Amino acid sequence: MEELNNLMHGFSVALTLPNLGFMVLGITLGILIGVLPGLGGANGIAILLPLTFSMDQTSAIIMLSCIYWGALFGGAITSILFNIPGEPWSVATTFDGFPLAQQGRAGAALTAAFTSSFVGAFFAVLLITFLAPLVAKFALKFGAAEMFAVQMLTFCSFVGMSKEPPAKTLAVMALGFALAAVGMDTVTGTLRMTFGTTELLKGFDFLIAVIGLFGIGEILLTMEEGLAFKGKSAKIQLNVVLQTWKELLRYWKTSIRSVLVGCWMGVTPGGATPASFMAYGLARRGAKDKDSFGKGNVEGVVAPETAAHAAGTSALLPMLTLGIPGSPTAAVLLGGLLIWGLQPGPLLFTEKPDFVWGLIASMYLGNIVGLIVVLTTVPWWAAILRIPFSVIGPVIIVICAIGAYTVHSSIFDVVMMLVFGVFGYLFKKLRYPLAPLVLALVLGDMAESSFRQSMLLSQGSLDIFWANPLVAGLMLLSFTMLLWPIVPALKHYLRGRS
Amino acid sequence: MMERSEDAAEAGMSNRWPEILVALFLFAIGIIVVNDSIRVGIGWEEGEGPRAGYFPFYIGCILLISSGWILFGALTRFKKAQPQFASWVELKSVMQMLVPLTIYIVAVVYLGIYVSSLVLIAFFMKVHGKFGLIATTLTAVGVPLAAFMLFERWFLVPLPKGPIELMLGF
Repeated sequence: MEELNNLMHGFSVALTLPNLGFMVLGITLGILIGVLPGLGGANGIAILLPLTFSMDQTSAIIMLSCIYWGALFGGAITSILFNIPGEPWSVATTFDGFPLAQQGRAGAALTAAFTSSFVGAFFAVLLITFLAPLVAKFALKFGAAEMFAVQMLTFCSFVGMSKEPPAKTLAVMALGFALAAVGMDTVTGTLRMTFGTTELLKGFDFLIAVIGLFGIGEILLTMEEGLAFKGKSAKIQLNVVLQTWKELLRYWKTSIRSVLVGCWMGVTPGGATPASFMAYGLARRGAKDKDSFGKGNVEGVVAPETAAHAAGTSALLPMLTLGIPGSPTAAVLLGGLLIWGLQPGPLLFTEKPDFVWGLIASMYLGNIVGLIVVLTTVPWWAAILRIPFSVIGPVIIVICAIGAYTVHSSIFDVVMMLVFGVFGYLFKKLRYPLAPLVLALVLGDMAESSFRQSMLLSQGSLDIFWANPLVAGLMLLSFTMLLWPIVPALKHYLRGRS
Repeated sequence: MMERSEDAAEAGMSNRWPEILVALFLFAIGIIVVNDSIRVGIGWEEGEGPRAGYFPFYIGCILLISSGWILFGALTRFKKAQPQFASWVELKSVMQMLVPLTIYIVAVVYLGIYVSSLVLIAFFMKVHGKFGLIATTLTAVGVPLAAFMLFERWFLVPLPKGPIELMLGF
């Protein structure tokens, strides 16, 4: 009850005309940042942070958090229309979003993505409002071994659930880990696989790989249809939105499951990327028509978008209550709070109630404003698909090159984008799954550091991964997933014997 | 290395060699990873924990085993009929993009991103899209200009520039 009173007070703070204006401005800027590959939520907020220094603290954080929502919404646009995921958690959205757009259902895919994002974020905000203290306490129990177990579960799920041959899934996943290991080892400072070149010191950024594998790789694949290829038309009317909403009601189970996965991964903090992949895998596993996944199934857009936004939003919970950012964007927001002289933690709730509850209220309002803004502009985004390929093709290449360059301001990255692009094309043609490669590249460092920390804690004993029911359960589930591809072969063998 | 399928209309390259070459490439990466991990140390450092090569070593081993398995499979299927990788017509179309793309990347290094982008867009629109001069010019100039305003002016992110921008005082 106390939370409700506080929330009402928060709404009175957030619902002022200037704050509503900052919300719309923040959402619009966020969408722009999300659409531009290479910028992303964390970078966008970092760049725009100085703009808010002259503003009132509450208005500033409202605008920054709205940039965050906008960037989350915007990431889905390029994923669906061009198969270029601007953020790692948008990768899973491309699996079905892009085929849907190719079938002329870009409007339905975008509506499904935006609505699911809203649903995921909305439930995560509910969680933040009512369960903040409880969940934060539980998150404290998550040690390095539990973190590694969650990451292991994500990777093993891929091997178990992939449609592609397990050996190819394992090979690309290991390639992703190997690429993530290039550069300076953060623990010992040793240079790994740099071979004396300065360009390799910073390693391979996932964004370069993603832009190359998905963006350039897709362009090369599209070119197989010839230069006469023209983008599919996408008529968007209000009835497309309404029809998609009606269709989405059928996937309520997927939505609930994805919200739970997202909130869990956001708070613990596993992050939005494994959450989106895990939710996608679970949706595919639970679906009756498994084969339609990857070919343009709306459910394949609903699951990752819901989970990613639930995770992205709930990642703000440990930041507010404990001062531990659950995501890179939350870390930038935390930096903003510190610049304004606000110390995140339990005391923030009592010392600055206007600020905290104003922010939480703005999360509800910002998402509603975001949904309205993105849905009303869907026709503009979908119209991009009507442009002939001889125009949009080179423009996408230019956007990809700019995106690759802006990551580290390095020409070497632009060259690597081309290399990844060629491999993206080859891998797709030869049925190597790309998602495990990107996931390993994104989580490689984190998984290695969790593993090393666990090893340090146990003095080299692997028993730490079976030390308590939580970590043991996660590891058991991981191995089940890893060995899952053997089950059909075993069944076949046993049937043959009988 | 390349071969023709039985159907002349659908003639192209089979999966055989691409599959083997990609598996060989992954196997080579596996060797590099394992070698470099051994160089930096794969053991346990007293008081400091696992050494820098501890984790990548096992990753390299997984890469060697999985790519070795793919290679073994591809070699055992070597003489059997293989699915088509791409037809010659499709490969020609891919090259129509890959060659200008490679030239574009090289041009970015020497001419900067703005001029190279202008030329790339104009080339595709004029040569392949058969667009008129006005539409081509507007798009080819407009896109780099928009990128300049957005990145250099608004977000203050400098993009690679070449001698022409230098001459113009940027």
